[in-house]
Amino acid sequence: MQPKPVALKVLDLASIILLAISTYLALVFAPTERVMGDVQRVFYFHIGTAWTALLGFILAAVFSVIYLIRKDLKWDRFQVAAIEVSLVFFLITIVLGSIWARPAWNTWWTWDPRLTTAAITELIYAAYFMLRQGIDDPDKRASFGAIYALLGGLSAPLTFFAIRLFRTIHPVVIGGTNPEADGGFSMTADMRLAFFFALFAFTVIFIDLFWNRLRLGDLQDNVEQLKLKVSM
Amino acid sequence: MFFQETTPDTSGYMIAGYAITFIVMALYVASIYLRTRNLNQDKTTLEEMDKPDQPGQTNAPRQR
Repeated sequence: MQPKPVALKVLDLASIILLAISTYLALVFAPTERVMGDVQRVFYFHIGTAWTALLGFILAAVFSVIYLIRKDLKWDRFQVAAIEVSLVFFLITIVLGSIWARPAWNTWWTWDPRLTTAAITELIYAAYFMLRQGIDDPDKRASFGAIYALLGGLSAPLTFFAIRLFRTIHPVVIGGTNPEADGGFSMTADMRLAFFFALFAFTVIFIDLFWNRLRLGDLQDNVEQLKLKVSM
Repeated sequence: MFFQETTPDTSGYMIAGYAITFIVMALYVASIYLRTRNLNQDKTTLEEMDKPDQPGQTNAPRQR
């Protein structure tokens, strides 16, 4: 395997530092929300991970289109990397949302449009990896993955707009005026700083993990080719 | 909880949330590291198997 590029090492380090600063801003710097108390602080990471995960699912759909046009397996590896990192981030989003909901809504889970679309999105992409495992031929696997990720990509904007399109109790913190929402709050300047910094930090962490996962995909491809060569 | 006079103590939920976030991220980073290490080992083994034979060596099975 090629040694790690210096740029990636710098990005690894930057990701750790940004995560530490973002944690400080969320846990210490931002004021405690008066009605919900400390649990409101999970909001910063909840939105940070949700934003990058949904962006990653949409990116995967874009890589799928490029693969279907060019038929270059490189784009399949891009797509797999984007979906895997997004799946992890979205799992964190859902868990954090559930933890927040317990004191705010008095329940860990409810079949609200936003929560339902989020759960469906997570399951769609978890199934993506299981279904890929069942196809041995790399070209067929990549074609299947591309079509699946393209269709699955529709669930990302649907999840994002669910709270703006349907009646829901999920709060819309940015630009939200939903009277049905339960648990919304207005952000102070310090809260906004912690919020936007978390968005930035998780975007950088996403890029770093995506790059690392991409290198792993390249290595997997090399090993698969070597196995074929040796077995001949 | 939205009709109370004082701010409720929900710090336990906050701690749980952040702990789970860091554990999930650490597990994912560890999984990338371990998969990379295992694939590098596989690659080294396969490259050795793929090397042309040295003079005097044979791939025939040893006679016992």
